[in-house]
Formats: sequence, structure tokens, C-alpha cells
Amino acid sequence: MNLFDIFTHQLVNGIVLGSFYALVALGYTMVFGVVKLLNFAHGDLYMVGGFAGFLILSVLAPFLGAGWLGVAISMLFAMLAVGFLGVVIQRVAYAPMLAAPRLSILITALAVSLVLQNAVLAMTKGQYQPFGASFGFGGVNLGNLFISYNQMVLVGTAGVLMLALELFVTRTQYGRAMRAISVDKDMCRLMGINVNAVIAVTFFLGSALAAAAGTMAGAYYGSLWYFMGFLIGLKAFTAAVIGGIGSIPGAMLGGLILGLLESFGTQLPGVGSGWKDVFSFSVLILVLVFKPTGLLGKPEQERM
Amino acid sequence: MSLLDLKGVSLSFAGSKVLQDVDFNVPAGAVVSLIGPNGAGKTSLFNCITGFYKPQSGSIKVDGVETMRMKPHQVTRLGIARTFQNVRLFREMSVLENVMSGMHCRTRAGVVDAILRLPAQRREEAAIRDFSIECLRFVGIEDGWHRDAGTLPYGWQRRVEIARALATQPKLLLLDEPAAGLTAGEKQELIALIGRIRDERGVAVLLIEHDTGLVMRISERISVLDHGVMIAEGTVKEIQTNPRVIEAYLGVEEGEAELAG
Amino acid sequence: MAAPPQGATASAWGGLALLLDTRFKRSLAISVVLIAMVAAPFLFGPYATVILTNALLYVVLALGLNIVVGYAGLLDLGFAAFFAVGAYTVGITTLHFGLNFWLALPLAIVFAIIAGVIIGTPTLRLRSDYLAIVTLGFGEIVRISARNLRETGGASGLIGIDSPWILGWHIETPRDFYFVFCVLAILAVLASARLANSRLGRAWLYVRHDEDAAEAMGIDRVKVKLAAYIVGAIYGAIAGAFFAANLGAISPESFSFQQSVLILMAVILGGMGKIPGVVLGAFIVILAPELLRDVGDLRLLIFAVGLLLIMLFRPSGIWPAGGRK
Repeated sequence: MNLFDIFTHQLVNGIVLGSFYALVALGYTMVFGVVKLLNFAHGDLYMVGGFAGFLILSVLAPFLGAGWLGVAISMLFAMLAVGFLGVVIQRVAYAPMLAAPRLSILITALAVSLVLQNAVLAMTKGQYQPFGASFGFGGVNLGNLFISYNQMVLVGTAGVLMLALELFVTRTQYGRAMRAISVDKDMCRLMGINVNAVIAVTFFLGSALAAAAGTMAGAYYGSLWYFMGFLIGLKAFTAAVIGGIGSIPGAMLGGLILGLLESFGTQLPGVGSGWKDVFSFSVLILVLVFKPTGLLGKPEQERM
Repeated sequence: MSLLDLKGVSLSFAGSKVLQDVDFNVPAGAVVSLIGPNGAGKTSLFNCITGFYKPQSGSIKVDGVETMRMKPHQVTRLGIARTFQNVRLFREMSVLENVMSGMHCRTRAGVVDAILRLPAQRREEAAIRDFSIECLRFVGIEDGWHRDAGTLPYGWQRRVEIARALATQPKLLLLDEPAAGLTAGEKQELIALIGRIRDERGVAVLLIEHDTGLVMRISERISVLDHGVMIAEGTVKEIQTNPRVIEAYLGVEEGEAELAG
Repeated sequence: MAAPPQGATASAWGGLALLLDTRFKRSLAISVVLIAMVAAPFLFGPYATVILTNALLYVVLALGLNIVVGYAGLLDLGFAAFFAVGAYTVGITTLHFGLNFWLALPLAIVFAIIAGVIIGTPTLRLRSDYLAIVTLGFGEIVRISARNLRETGGASGLIGIDSPWILGWHIETPRDFYFVFCVLAILAVLASARLANSRLGRAWLYVRHDEDAAEAMGIDRVKVKLAAYIVGAIYGAIAGAFFAANLGAISPESFSFQQSVLILMAVILGGMGKIPGVVLGAFIVILAPELLRDVGDLRLLIFAVGLLLIMLFRPSGIWPAGGRK
């Protein structure tokens, strides 16, 4: 394989990876926008979404098959289920803590994450769970480059979801309210906007997107693990920060950039797959230290 | 040379101009008031002086030392202390511990000193305690030092905040609306306290205040800020009769009445 | 009758200060604890001795993290990194360079301080959410590096670490190490108490409560936070050094995120910020799995749910807060 082939191969890999990161990063960024909280449990909603998709698929497979249709329908149901789970978590765990010191709500989010992780750990005994989707292996050949249909469907689905979200945010009232709240929550309350409802919708959407990513990941990579949310959570957070936390286009851009960085980064001499995560974490730390507002974020000047 | 010297200070936030080319100074040992309609930029000016906001242009000098690039704690060490518009005490710590925070920048014990408890460290701790109690007594709080600061009545909390600022041994004390929410009696005590801060401790006082009566009674000099611009500066009499100032305060007749206190 | 302790000391000891309000009561309590500590291995046998040693190790680790989280209010999710630095420094220098343990120990402390400065300086000015994730990232970087590098023994770690000698006595049996950790735990408690009731301890609390107001009072918040981080690192490194000497073998899996979380649970479950609470939390985290043996995999879930319930209903932990009114 020559350099060009490696380049294009990693380009495709990067875009696929980036789609996952972008979907999960969107949840982080949206929630951060409206409640100024980094939902530590968000990565675990991705994991739960994957398991939910698996469970639903095993119920639907006899009727719809385990191919794209079955997985797609399962994914939609998983999105609904986990979306509601996200709202429940917000109401039960986060809403009461908003007045408490910052440290308390962070620890609460960590606790929620641990509950989700350990619940699934207990149920699966820590074993990898095969997803059970039956996808074909067909694809398209462009010279030396092979792009599978699965990859195209995956990226396409992610793109559709992101487009749907973008339309929602820019065209609907809820979407406008979301953006308004992220700028000045108290003013919104005074203007009669039902802030609590909008926050609930935000959590629903963010969690649903994470669940979509989780189901797709389960189908694409073939297996699920109780701990898979941990890493994706960190990577998605990195993506959200790169793009500028609080900015929805930023999350999409950041996801793509991180996916590409990781794919190309593993080709650097000395950086094998064992060091892949160290590479990503280093990127995170560098971005936070040198450009914490990311590429598209707005600088925060605190009023005293 | 003044104690505090601002020249050409301009500050904007996201496009809106908060302070425009402000010149301002406070002489050592003086009591100066900064007044102006709401939203004029007074607290922002305080925040620039104390280093929390960084103006886009201009110069701020304390005793001749340029402080524009300094972190807030460095400005405090130079001798500027402040209170806040909405009292910002450490509510879950005791009154005494709150005041002791002021002495941090004037003392030095570190990790090793703390763990070993050598005589020098114990002497320093005693000195911190004694001076903090002195500051509390100075503002009229004779006991109840071990209560959590958040449990004190509002007027007393304001006093603790002043004691805390005095504990930093400042040359200039910035008071942000110290009379807000005080009863008439408490306001009288505040006037007396400000006088004693200047006379007994030699500390200059700069206050932002809306109670114009209080301002007229206590100030040696008044500066008036309106929409980020310094529109007047002078003695009480001069300000009371300054037409620009009167206009800034709600139009001519009401403004006159307002300024007459 | 002596007056109850005032000021920051009282807050460090929590409700215990109110309970033990006379000099006599305090001396009695201390004597009881010391006697219990000395008698325990003889009363409870070798297996219990190992468990108790583990609990004492956690006391040291949790007190270290308590300074970072409980005093200074910095949510550090990668504290195991300092534990690792201590353990691996001792492991590598004694195994590969034949260094005496008592020389390796100060070296471990030095490296932990360096790590604290490297991690802390760029990140301590970040807001708390970001800090939590960045410290988590650093914890993972340390663990993955330990797993990948040849010098640290790769995924299988280091084995055959010698146990130390002190004044002619070879510390080698579990009971020997138990007493060593007793001493470490006591030193950790004393140091934490003295720090709490000092200029620096108060500064940590000021910064934790309202860092802008603290800054306005002339306190350099970055320097103060860094001090907390470094002191915590030192606790972690000392614990790690003796951990390596005790076990004789270390592997990267002891220094994972799960470990950091477990230490954090020890800090919070008993009563965040209060020394007796942290000690209690350490014992809870180590002893509960022994007592809840049948529950098996659900054990971690129970802890997690417990943590969530505590945060929602009693954020100051199980131990009463014992504030003054």
C-alpha cells in the first residue's frame, strides 16, 4: 500500500469514527448549553443505548430480520427509550442539585455514570455481548480503496440525524428556546419560556443521539461491553471541546476532526494502537490548556 | 502622585462599551465617592481596579505601579481591598475565619510549617488571630466570632466583610454599595466607621453608593459616571449644582431633588 | 471542662469534635484506638490482618485525595496516577537499580511532586468540570503508559520487589506490614489535621467556597490549588511506595480509573472533608466487600447507588457535619 492508499483508507476510517464521536458530542454540547453541566453519565447512555438496541433487535429480528431494517427500527426504539431515561436522570438526579455547590453536582453525575455502568456489569457479568446484527460485506471499490455499504449507511444515518437536529434547533420554537437559554437562562424564565420543559427536551434529544450512536456501534463493531461508554464519553467530550463546547456545529466539526486525528495519528511512527488513547487524551489536554473555547465556541467572560 | 491613578481606561464586553476613556484618581487617605445612574459602569470600574476585568486600553497605577497586567491577588497585595455589592462572605465558615482570610497575603507559613508546627508558625497563627479580632472589634463586632458567617443578620455581615477587607492591611478600600439594605441607624454607624477607617487607620476609601444623602455627608470628592463616561468630578457643592449630573439623574427637577439628598 | 475546639480544626474533625469535647474523653478515645490497632492482628488472625492493612492503605490514599477534593474542592478523578508513580518508582529503582527502599521512597515523593506540577500547572485554572475530565485523562495516560512501556514491565508489571529493612528488622510478614501501615495511617491523620488548622488549610477552604472572593482577599488561587494537588500527590506516592514493598509485585490494573473511583468513594461515603469520615469511608470501601461476599458483582452497584443516594439526600456523607451555629 502506498502513501495515498493509506491516506484514503484512514480518511474513510476517520469519517466513520468521527460520526460516532459527533453524535455523542452533540449530546454533551447541548446539555452543557442549557444547564452548564458536563453530563458525566452521557457516555454511559451511549452504552445503554447499544444494549437497548440489542435487546429490541432480539425481539424484532424474527419479524424484521437482523439486517439494516431491523437494526434501524431497533435503533429508533432504543433512541426513544434512552431519551426518556435521560429525562428521568435529569429530573431525579440533576434538577435537585442545581443549587448545590458545583462539586456536588459533578459527583452526582459521576454517581449516575457508575450506577449505569455497574448495573450493566452485574447483568452481563462483565462479558462482551455479541450484537447479533447480520450485515452483508458488500461495498464499493474506488481503485485500491474499499468502502463498505455498512460504512456508507452508518455515516449517512449519522448525517441524517445531525441534519434533523440542526433543523430542529434552527427552525422550531424549542430549538430557538434552547439557544436562548444557553445565552441567558434567567432572562428566558422572565420572558415566560418554560425552561424546564426545554431542558427536558434537550436531555431527551442528546440521550437519543447517544443511543443511536450506541446501537450503530454495536451493529457495526459487532459487540457491546459495559465499559464501552467510558472511553467514548471521554473522546466525545474531547470532540465537543475541540469544536467549542456549547456550539452544535462545533460538536459535529469536533467529532469529525477527532475521528480523523485518531485515524491519521495511529499512522505516526511510534503511535500504535496501544497509544491511541494516550494520543487522544493528549489532544484533549492541549486543547483545554491552549484554546479552551475550541474552534467555534464563544469566549466566556464572567460578569461579577 | 495619587494613590490610585486611572488614565484613559476603556472596557467593552462583546461589542458594548462599558467604560469609555475614563480618567480617575484617588489621593491617599481621602474618602471619594463614585456615583451615577444604574448601569453606568461603576462596579465594572471597581472590577478593573481590582484586576478582575482587563480593560482593552488605558493605564491603572497604584502608588505608581502599573497594575493592568496583574492578577487580582497581586493587586490586593499592593494594597487595594474591596467589598462586594452582594455580600460575598464565606458563608459556611466562621466570622473569625472569614476575617482571617484577609491576613493570608500578609503571612507566609506553608505546607511544611503547617505540619511541623514550629514556634515561628505558631506565633504567626496567633498574630493572624489577634489582628483579625482587632479588625472585628474595629467594625464593632465584639463577640460571636465563631458563628457561621451566613447566620449573621445582614447588617452584621456587611461589617464582617469590611473587617475582612481591612485585615489585608490595604491602602485603599473599595466599598461597593455598603449602605444598601441598611437601616437609618446602621447607615449612621457606617458613616462613622468610614470616618474612622480614614482617620485611625489612614486608609483611603472609595465608595460606590446610591444613597446620595450618605454620599453628600461623607465625601471629600465625588466623581460621576454615566454610561461609562466620567461626566463630572468635584466637591459635594459642585456636583449638586452641575447641570450634566442633574440631567443624568432622571431629568431636571427630580434630579435636583435627588441630589439635594 | 475544656472548650470545644474552634475554627477550622473543628470542621476537620466534624461531629467527633462535639462528641469528644473534653481532654479526658479525647485521651480515652485515642488510647482505645491505639490498643485496638495493636491487638487486632492477634485477635482476628492473618486473613483479617491483610484486609485491615488494605483498609489502612486506603486511609492514607483517601486522606490524600481528601485534601484535593475535600479541602480544596478539586474533583480529581485520576488520583491513582500518583499512587502509580510511587509504586513504580520504588519497583523500578529497587529492581533494576538495586536502590535501597529508604532511598527509593524520597525519590518516589520527588517524582510525585514533579507529576503534580506537570499535571496541575496547566489544568488547575480550568473550571471544575473540565478539571475532572482532564485529571481522568492523566490517570489513564499514566496507566496506559505503565501498560505499554518495557521499563514498567508492560501489562504484567513488576515482580520480585524486595521488602525493606529498618534498624535491623526485616519487614516481611503481613503482620509487620500491618504495623507499618498503622504508623502511616496515624501520620496521615496527624498531618491532615495540622494542615486543616493552618493558614494553608484555611486558604484551601476559602478557594473552595468562593474562589473569586478568595482571590480578592489576596489569595493566589492557582498556587493554593497546586499546593493541595502536590500534597495529595505526596500522600499517594508514599502509599504507593509501601504498597509496592508490601505486595512485592505491581501491575497497571491496580492504577486504573476504577481505583481512582474507589478512593473517591472512600472520601465521600464517610463524610467528605472530615477526617473521621474519610477514615470510616476507607474502612467501608474495603470491609464491605468482605462482609457482602455473597452479593458478588452487585457490590460495586450497591456502592454506586449508595453514592448517588448520599449525594441526593445527604451530601456531607454519612458522618454528621457537626457545624457550629
